[in-house]
Amino acid sequence: MTTTTTRPTGFVRDTAAVFVRESKPLVRDPFSVMFSLVQPLVFLGLFGPLLIGAAGGDVAGTLQWFVPGILVMVALFGTASTGANLLFEMQTGSHERTLVAPLSRSALLVGRALKEVVPLVIQGTIVVVVAVPFGFAVDVAGLILGLAILAVFGIGFGALSYTLALSCRNRDWMFWMVHQTLLFPLMILSGMLLPLDDGPDWMKVAAAVNPLSYLVGAERALLAGDFADPAVIGGAIAAVVTCAIGVLVGVRAMRRAS
Amino acid sequence: MTNQMITAQGLTKTFRSKGQTVEAVRSLDLTVGEGELVAFLGPNGAGKSTTLRMLTTLLPPTSGDAVVAGCDVRRDPAGVRRRIGYVGQGSSGGHTQRVRDELHAQGAFYGIGRRETRTRAAELIESLELGQVANRTVQSLSGGQKRRLDIALGLIHRPELLFLDEPSTGLDPHSRANLWQHIVELRRATGTTIFLTTHYLDEADRLAERVMVMDHGSVIADDTAWALKGSLAGDRVTLTFENATDASAAAARLGGEIGGAEGASAHVVNITAPGGDLALPRYILELAELGIEVAAATHRQPTLDDVFLALTGRSLRDEAAHAEPALVG
Repeated sequence: MTTTTTRPTGFVRDTAAVFVRESKPLVRDPFSVMFSLVQPLVFLGLFGPLLIGAAGGDVAGTLQWFVPGILVMVALFGTASTGANLLFEMQTGSHERTLVAPLSRSALLVGRALKEVVPLVIQGTIVVVVAVPFGFAVDVAGLILGLAILAVFGIGFGALSYTLALSCRNRDWMFWMVHQTLLFPLMILSGMLLPLDDGPDWMKVAAAVNPLSYLVGAERALLAGDFADPAVIGGAIAAVVTCAIGVLVGVRAMRRAS
Repeated sequence: MTNQMITAQGLTKTFRSKGQTVEAVRSLDLTVGEGELVAFLGPNGAGKSTTLRMLTTLLPPTSGDAVVAGCDVRRDPAGVRRRIGYVGQGSSGGHTQRVRDELHAQGAFYGIGRRETRTRAAELIESLELGQVANRTVQSLSGGQKRRLDIALGLIHRPELLFLDEPSTGLDPHSRANLWQHIVELRRATGTTIFLTTHYLDEADRLAERVMVMDHGSVIADDTAWALKGSLAGDRVTLTFENATDASAAAARLGGEIGGAEGASAHVVNITAPGGDLALPRYILELAELGIEVAAATHRQPTLDDVFLALTGRSLRDEAAHAEPALVG
């Protein structure tokens, strides 16, 4: 019988294998990246003009405040629903195949979560490119650092979405119920659409424990080129903490998966 | 002496469900030799898939031991995973992935070099007739094509042992026959040991070298299909009479069972007899001496369903028909 040479696998190589597999549909069909970009673009196109009118300021100034929030929205929407792909693969049998393969369970989670970075960076760049002709001024170095912070957050939030999928197993309704219940409160309580300065105190308290608030603050500072703003450090810490919690919880859930 | 590819001793799996303990697999002992094709038969809920999931490291056993392809499922699950191929009940390919990409990814999962993976994927695409769909996404494939992809994914690393969980369930007869032709040819070429679960009795009867029958978490029979049918079931002889009185007298004389309480079936006597082809003329002569004329007589070989019926009092065929999922090949 002919044998195939199989090397012992390791975490890094396994993670790379999972990352490549997860990224393939995006490479084969780049337009799929537009799917989760629709909602942020709708907010930019429809909510943006309302905000400009309500604020009474100039277009460029309002966009300078609003677009960084839309970047955070891209990260939120794109990664929050990514667990649905895993949920589907769990139900069809594809995930079971990967569990029987000699892959590190941690790599199965981390490889998937890392994949979130690619569409997130592409989508963020598209949003900025769309906004520039309307007067949005972007600091390129700030954009790169801002996308890097969002990528770190996206890995963590994607991992949390996968964890939710692993917990829900064949109960799609539960996944979507949790998803919908959390998504909009997180978005509104981050101040990405409207400032929370005039909101009630309880909203300010909720925003203070919402990592997205810190991300929004960091993105506004970075895209304006204000690297010295303390909000940058706050956003970076929020992203790293989200990433650490997401990956830790996700790896634990994946190790228990059967 | 044949090397053992699977040995399990006292393998047990219990689940907690709604405050109750359910014993899905009860102290199971089994061995599968190198190169064997063994079918694991039983109705839904018998414990077949749970056994398979323990042997493939998907589920940890509650108690007992199992060594699969030379590795202990508890102590060295990674070793087991490297050596086995597994085709589960579902579709293994990611629905948005392309067929060839999935095979390449699977090779990477097993640590196979890029060039070797590509060569192997090309071989499998050709041998499993997936060339026409190699660049299509999995979601666009027919049920039969998906199943052939599943087999290819299970074989990418040339495993010593292949587990197939209900490989042909839900496929139309043509796709089933086609799938089995591929499996048999691949096995002939590679000598891979195959351990499969199925509730298609004809497949187990025709293809497996050994049949294990499982019910309520335990193996209740383990032999070749031929031996099981010969020892447990015997041949089926059916005699039909002009009236129920003759049928009743014949049943009493020959030790058979009346086909039914009333109507035409009350004229029928069923007898289980080893070597039924030789017994049939003897029955006719014996009854003629009593003045009872046989109107019609048939004889047939027993099936694995008869074996299951003899062992459990239930028909596996009926249970399988009720549990049939809808998947079109």
